[in-house]
Order: sequence, then structure tokens, then C-alpha cells
Amino acid sequence: MGRYVARRLLQMIPVFLGTTFLIFFMVYSLPGDPVLGLFGDKGADPATLAAKRHELGLDLPIWQQYWNYMTNIILHFDFGTQIRNGRPVTEVLGDAFPITMQLAALAFAFELTFGIGLGIIAGLKAGRLADNAVLIFTLLIMSIPVFVLGFIIKMVFAFQLGWIEPNVSTEQNWDELIAPAIVLGGLSLAYVARLTRTSMAENLRADYMRTAVAKGLPRRRVIGVHLMRNSMIPVVTFLGTDIGALMGGAVVTEGIFNIKGVGGVIYESITRREGSTLVGLVTILVIVYLVTSLLIDLLYAVLDPRIRYA
Amino acid sequence: MRGATHAKWAALATAVALAATACGGGGDGGGGGADGVVSSSWGDPQNPLEPANTNEVQGGKVLSMIFRGLKQYDPKTGEAKDMLAEKIETTDSTNFTVTVKDGWTFSNGEQVTAKSFVDAWNYGAHLKNNQKNAYFFGYIDGYDQVHPEKGAPTAETMSGLKVTGPRTFTVKLTQKFSTFPDTLGYAAFSPLPQAFFTDHAAWLAKPVGNGPYTVDSYSRGSQMVLKKWDGYPGTDKAQNGGITLKVYTDNNTAYTDLVAGNLDLVDDVPASQLKNVSADLGDRYINTPAGIIQTLSFPFYDPAWNKPGQEKLRTGLSMAINRDQITETIFQKTRTPAKDWTSPVLGADGGYKEICGSACEYNPTEAKKLVAEGGGIPGGTMTISYNADTGSHKEWVDAVCNSINNALGNNKACVGNPIGTFADFRAQVSTQKMKGPFRAGWQMDYPLIQNFLQPLYFTNASSNDGKYSDPEFDKLVNQANAETDTTKAVGLFQQAEEVLKGDMGAIPLWYQNGSAGYSDRVENVTLNPFSVPVYDQIKVK
Repeated sequence: MGRYVARRLLQMIPVFLGTTFLIFFMVYSLPGDPVLGLFGDKGADPATLAAKRHELGLDLPIWQQYWNYMTNIILHFDFGTQIRNGRPVTEVLGDAFPITMQLAALAFAFELTFGIGLGIIAGLKAGRLADNAVLIFTLLIMSIPVFVLGFIIKMVFAFQLGWIEPNVSTEQNWDELIAPAIVLGGLSLAYVARLTRTSMAENLRADYMRTAVAKGLPRRRVIGVHLMRNSMIPVVTFLGTDIGALMGGAVVTEGIFNIKGVGGVIYESITRREGSTLVGLVTILVIVYLVTSLLIDLLYAVLDPRIRYA
Repeated sequence: MRGATHAKWAALATAVALAATACGGGGDGGGGGADGVVSSSWGDPQNPLEPANTNEVQGGKVLSMIFRGLKQYDPKTGEAKDMLAEKIETTDSTNFTVTVKDGWTFSNGEQVTAKSFVDAWNYGAHLKNNQKNAYFFGYIDGYDQVHPEKGAPTAETMSGLKVTGPRTFTVKLTQKFSTFPDTLGYAAFSPLPQAFFTDHAAWLAKPVGNGPYTVDSYSRGSQMVLKKWDGYPGTDKAQNGGITLKVYTDNNTAYTDLVAGNLDLVDDVPASQLKNVSADLGDRYINTPAGIIQTLSFPFYDPAWNKPGQEKLRTGLSMAINRDQITETIFQKTRTPAKDWTSPVLGADGGYKEICGSACEYNPTEAKKLVAEGGGIPGGTMTISYNADTGSHKEWVDAVCNSINNALGNNKACVGNPIGTFADFRAQVSTQKMKGPFRAGWQMDYPLIQNFLQPLYFTNASSNDGKYSDPEFDKLVNQANAETDTTKAVGLFQQAEEVLKGDMGAIPLWYQNGSAGYSDRVENVTLNPFSVPVYDQIKVK
């Protein structure tokens, strides 16, 4: 088990190097000049431009820029500075990630409890009224674009009923994040409910279920242990990748509720060609994906004892 | 049990992942009257908040609150009035003697002296400091040594600046520039305290200046809290207890916060909300002219666009644009059709005059005739280039093209050419890659007619992206700069503008207004000619 985890962790190194290089190269080949963009519509004098480029190391060939960037990250944990206001990228990421993690945690808790809950109800009553209601509800959610849902929630709960503040304030408290978390987690909730439902409805007809019932086990144990444990594997897979997606930030949701998280930073960095910020962000996201997929693989073994890792 | 060990591993890793989440708390209450705090929308400044490094409105908002320079522009008329300057004297428009008023200090108690100015200007001009407004010091003698076009600087300070006493210094310019004192209200010319040079990082984290406000706290990318400075020696003391600038990534979001009562002032009403403004805000909406003009520039470096006689083509194109209709339907009157190459905020005395006249009036028949006489559009089709990522340029470019196509009776005469990002657009414009007309915007640095003409149309000037050049124009601008009498100087600039009109060196489109909305908690909200709210005059009810 320990060796398996160690091997998986070692595998992350080439993946990490490959993705950072790809992103670095892609940002480099975007058209436009980020330094020139700082001067707005006004002309920039060539001497200042050249000096600024030199200071940021943008006048070096790409391989040398990549080399400097990577050595700084590995040796000094220095992700470089932003072109636009000279802020260290670690500081920018340190500001953006906590709030995104808060939002992602809330959204995740929301989709986990309600998604699985609705899925269980529908799965156990497959083909009946409750099942159909859940199916229609999830279909509705899946077909509404996220920004429409966001604006509807804002309109109804903030402006008409006045229950919530329309935007997240600069303090970014937990209670203000509930509405954005619902919008953000809504779509995944529908997927989780449907996955759970299908998986349970299918497993209800499995041989081991008939055996368990025939043995005279109490219904609670049949459903809670035998059925649930086997039905959760596809759901856990989905939830695992979803953590990465939630952490990657939600450009639209964050914009609607004025949350200054990862999504906004990614969007800004792309339009402004902020290479170092973008690579730093993506690097962290890649690590998040790698770690969650490892966790999911380990969870499989918990759910299904037949799966073992040497 | 095997499963339990696995669960432990997984649970441990999950716990580590979750432990990093943070929680915030607190809230701010605001009193009323003179102590009331005003909350205002803000955008993350593009550059560090150094005076000579700030060239956009968001950083400019802060500088307007924490700095006062030798001159200050009147928020209503735009006239340059003495602020820290006791007097600025000259006999030859080249050598100036500046006397700084007594009794001014920075908010940390340090005296504002002649040295505070000279050090700040030398810092702003020096190449190693990479200040974006360095070219403002380009008129001062010795600038070439500290900021050479190529190679390393050969001097540490500009030879044209000399401290002659605790409160006096002299400025020597490289050329005659009679209105130079009037440019000194620009933020780049602000004085700086010694702390700026000795502990630069700490200063940037919490800037210290000499204006009516002091920075109380600054969390980058999120908000800045400014408090009224009680010891402020000037006459324009803050009328409120402080300003809280809150960063909004989207101006629609800021607007909804204003309507919901969570924000007192929004100085950028989104175009999509303009139709709701009167219903949402009533008379708490301001729409006033600002010193911003939008034009269409031509690539004079392209031989196809630089043939003799093409001034008729350009004039024809100008007359094919229905400015009234576009400003009304697309901009909901937040733009005013342009009638010259400057801005109405200059006022008649400052040089604003409807010089463009009929050449800026919509006249499709005359337009068609002139375009034909001017040899027609090169290649039969022209593109108008713009950046598609900011400022909703697509709508008006399409409308302008539509207007030209209708006037010329040719559906293929003009098409828009969107360029993905602003950085890319500017890179192509400044490296002369344009194949047809392109959008250009100019926000004035100081309210002088000179600022609307020289940097944009003088041969090889810094922002002359289209490479327009006319010796007659250059000659008149030089004469105007040398003229000591302001009225005569303005007259000469207007003559230069007439030359520009004859060539139609750029098509004036419209003047941009500043727009703002405010809550019923505050009153006396105005915008200055730079479209920045006059924060110190805002009163809390």
C-alpha cells in the first residue's frame, strides 16, 4: 500500500514537468505583447519597454525562460511576478485559492448530500412517482445554463425576497457563499443523482442482493451496506474528478457573484497574457487533479475489498 | 480489516486538503455626516501605485486622493490652479523658477520641500525605475542622459532640475514650452516623501502622500480603505470620513450592489444597464463630458493609404458616419458626436472650437462624391480594426461600417476586423501592422489643447500610431509652444488643428462622457474632467 502510494507520487513528477512546459509554451505563443498592453491606448517609449522586458526576463529565448522559471519554482518556491503590477504570483494565488476552496467545499458538500440523497430515493423507487420527479428535476437543472441559474437565484432571493446579499462582500463569509455554491454545485448535483439512481436500480436486481434478502438480513443492512457500497463506485469516480473541476474555478459563477477566486484570475491571466500566473495556477490545479485521482483510487479499495494495491 | 487501513490513508489525505480552507469575518458600519464613510467601486490597479507609474483611471483614483501637486485642476472647469505652488516664474518659457508653499507636510509629518519634487521627478524619469509615465519628463533638460533611447543611462539625475533653496527649485527645458506650468497638475509630477526611496516595498504596501486622505489599509486585489487626514493643510479638505474602494471584477456586479444598497458610488455604469438607469437611480445618475476622444486613425505608413488627394477620401468617410444616430442608439447618449479633435472640457478659452464643421456632419451624398474623387477605398474594401476583449467596440465598429456602406451604396466597402486581445491589438498597432483604419482612443493627461494634438499628430510623436506627418502642423505646434501669451498659443494650436482638418489626419468620432451612479446615502457627487469622482467633496447624509 505504502509502495503503491509512493509510486503514484513519483509518477506525478513527469506529469508535472510536461504540463508546465505545455502551458508555458502555449502562453508564449499567444499573440500580443503583455508589456505593451500596460501602456493602454498611449504610445510607449521603446527604452522603457525594453527595460521592462529585460527586468521580467521576457527578452530571453523561450527555453531559457522556462529553465529560469522552473529552477525558481523548485529551488526557491518562487512562481515569479505578475507583469501588470509586479505582485508575486504566490501572493496572487494565496489570495485566490482560499476563497475558491471555500466555495468548492460548500458546493461539494451540497452536491454530495443532495445528489446522493435524491439518487437513493429515485433508485429505490425506480419507475415510480418519486423517481420520475427526480428525473424531471435533474433534467431541468442540466438544461439550464449556469449563468441563467445564477441570475435567477440572484433575482428571486436577493432582489425580490431579500434573503441574501446579491454579491459576496470583500470579507467573503461562509453564509454569503451559499447561493453561489448552490449555483456552482447544481449541475454536478444532477449528475450525481442520476448516477446514483442508475447504479442502485441496476444493483437492486443483482444476485448478491437476492442472496442477502434470502439470508434474512434486515433491510437496513441490505441497502446500507451491500447495495450502497457497490453502487458508490461510479459516483465516487465522478465526485473525484469534480473536485478538480470545482477547484479550477468557475469563471461564470465567480463573475456573477463577484468572488475573487481562481476562475477570475485564470480569465484575466489569459486575456492579459500573464504567463507566470497562468502556469502557476495550472501547476497547482494539476497537482490537485493528481492527488484527488489518487484518493479516488484508494477509496475504491475501501468500497470494494476485492480491489487491492500491492 | 484491510479496508480500514485504506480508509485511514484516504481520510488523512482528505483532512490535509480541507485544512487549508480559511474563514473570514467582520463587517463595517458607517456613521453619517462628516464622519460617514463612502464605499465606491474600484478595479485592481494595473501598475504599482507610484505616481509616475500610474497611467490608468483605477490607480489614478487613489493618487487623486492621497497626492496634491504644484497645480490642481479645477474639478468643474479643468483650469490649472496653484495648489502647492506659491509661484512659478519664467521670462523665456524655457527656464522656470518654482516656489513651493510653506506649511505643507506629508501625512507622516515630513515637510514637503523643493527636494521632495526634484527627487520624485528624477526617480520618475530614470530608466532603471521603469516608470510608465517617464516621457512626461522628456521636456526637461538632461532627460536624454537618464533615459536614453538606446543603451545605459549616463547620469543619475536630470541636469535641468536644480534645488536652489529649501522651497525653491529651477527647471530648465530643452525647448520653449509656455504652458509647461499647467501640465504640473498631472499625478506624475507629485512630490514624494523620503520613505518612498528608503523603504520602497513598505511604501508600495501602504502609500504615504500629501493629499486629503491617508491609506488606512490596502489588501491588494480586494479593497483599499482611505481615511480622512485631519491634519491636511490644504483648502480642499475631505467632506466625509473616508472612502472605501472595493474591487469589482465586473461592472454589472458593482451596479447590482449599488441598486441593492451595498455600495454608494459606481463610476462606470455598464452599457447594458443604461436603459434601466432612470428607473433604478432617478436623478442619482451623472453623465458629464470627460477629456476622452475616440477617433479612427489611418495607416499612413501603408503606401495604399498615403497617396496625394486621399484627404478627400478620408473626409468622405468622415461624412459617411452618422454620429448622432450611433451615439444615441448604441451609447444611449454617453458619447457626444465629435466636432473637433480636442474635447469640450477644455472650454472655449482652452481651445475647444467646432473646427471640424461640415466634415464631421453626416452627409451621404457629399460623402459618396468625395470618396470617389479621392480615388475610392484602396482595394475596394477596408477594415476597421479593434480589440474585441474590452470596451464593447464591436457594436459601434459594426454600426460605423454599416453607416459607411449605406452612404456609399456598397455592402462590401467596410467591415470590422476584431483582434482578440488588447495586448495583441496594441502590439499590431504600434509595430505598424495595420492594413486599414483602426480605432484610437485618447484620454487627456492634463486639460490643455496641446495634449490633444502634439502627442497624437506631431511627426513621430509617442502616440502617433498612424505615423501622420505634416510639416505645416509641426511648425505651428512648435510656434504655439514657444508663444508666451496663452491666448495666442491656443490660437496657434487651433491653426494647427485646421491643418489637421485639411488632411483629415484622423476621423473624430465622439467624445466619451464619464458616467456614475450613487446611492441615496450620499450627495454632492461629481466627476472631474478625467472622469474620476471628486471624492473629497462627497457628503454623507
